[in-house]
Amino acid sequence: MCLGIPGEIVEILSDRPDLAKVDVSGVRRAINIGLLEGEDLAPGDWILIHVGFALSKIDEAEAKSALDFLESIGQAYEDEIAALRESMIEQG
Amino acid sequence: MRFVDEYRDADKARALAARIAALCEPGRTYKFMEVCGGHTHTIYKHGLEDHLPPAVTLVHGPGCPVCVIPMGRVDDAISIAERPGVIMTSFGDMMRVPGGRGTFLDAMARGADIRMVYSPLDALKIARENPDKKVVFLAIGFETTAPSTAMTVLRAKSEGIANFSVFCNHVTIIPAIKAILDSPDLRLDGFIGPGHVSTVIGCRPYAFIARDYGKPLVVAGFEPLDVLQSVYQNLVQLAEGRVAVENQYARVVPWDGNPKALAVINEVMEPRPHFEWRGLGFISDSALRVREAYAAFDAERIFQIPGGRVADPQACQCGEVLKGVLKPWECKVFGTACTPETPIGTCMVSSEGACAAYYNFGRFSRDRVKEATRT
Ligand code: SF4
Repeated sequence: MCLGIPGEIVEILSDRPDLAKVDVSGVRRAINIGLLEGEDLAPGDWILIHVGFALSKIDEAEAKSALDFLESIGQAYEDEIAALRESMIEQG
Repeated sequence: MRFVDEYRDADKARALAARIAALCEPGRTYKFMEVCGGHTHTIYKHGLEDHLPPAVTLVHGPGCPVCVIPMGRVDDAISIAERPGVIMTSFGDMMRVPGGRGTFLDAMARGADIRMVYSPLDALKIARENPDKKVVFLAIGFETTAPSTAMTVLRAKSEGIANFSVFCNHVTIIPAIKAILDSPDLRLDGFIGPGHVSTVIGCRPYAFIARDYGKPLVVAGFEPLDVLQSVYQNLVQLAEGRVAVENQYARVVPWDGNPKALAVINEVMEPRPHFEWRGLGFISDSALRVREAYAAFDAERIFQIPGGRVADPQACQCGEVLKGVLKPWECKVFGTACTPETPIGTCMVSSEGACAAYYNFGRFSRDRVKEATRT
């Protein structure tokens, strides 16, 4: 829950500007980007995600090192990704 | 040198460790508190204390939100979950946290409908799909998760979802740090500041630590090098005879935090006059509750909760661990009666809890640390 997970924006949804389709370790999910108002986000940008919300924009190098770190901690990260996989934010 | 072998920046880490050692004044010992459970995890996982000079000890702070939820609040949540027609939703971390009447898992075995969610937005979706049920989200966490809860309440309001509410247990980090600074048990030399909380609150709120208490704080990232770098920056300040707030994690943490996230929290929530922290007791203004304007989404107002205080189990020494006074293995039940499978205290439940982190990864020499903490 406290882990910030980096994700790469794939698409900003035109009908819902507060949502983006984001690739998080291979899992594609809708993520709420409403807390990054004014950040001018575009596909290819990286964000740090907490419980379904982007809290900060980060650069690609930081995203990569954050991912390395998360992979190194093992179980806690796997649990978080498994939970994300189950997540159904804003679908339907 | 296990971590040096497995860590890709091994040379940098070794060089940093040497510079840290060179900065320590002969005959002086240093204690730095890492406030955040994420740092605790890194420290144990990579055995960082092994690579610090014996004069430097890292003590673990209260920054594990699951660890600080008091027993009474767990019981209150279970009491809500057991009302007819209620679906309780919660992050997975809460499932095994013991209250006075057992855990969520026990309540589920008794028939309560409790569901694990990844995000409060998942809870809102469950509410949308179950209009005949009352869906409650158990909101926990520091300023990293509070904005998400607030955003979800705003969303519920704008969509007019009347069967959704939050049982708000959000806590705030600054009063906890202040309580630790005011506690007579512990002499600290500086702080490794929380990384992700600071993405929201920024670095300014820590200013009082330097100004009023004369201690440095360095906001740090979560990789081993980040943590070492933060220790180094703390020591440089002390060696130069100055104290300040520094941001080692500027690549993620803006100095002013995330103003939108702060505004959203402030719109939906207000400080509670006091809130009990497990092991630490009551701390003034240390938690958030839902504002009157959003009463329709406040589970505490909707349901009569018992609101009782439940004393921690006698054997439990989580309070001492959360204040950094005891190391996990110094608790009498550590690893025997209290394990991640059968936790007595909360620090053994969350992977960010100091006891669980040490239980899972504990590698460094206890004797050395015991020696250092004795001085
Ligand atoms: S070993 Fe268990 S009871 Fe003791 S401090 Fe850790 S979590 Fe608490």
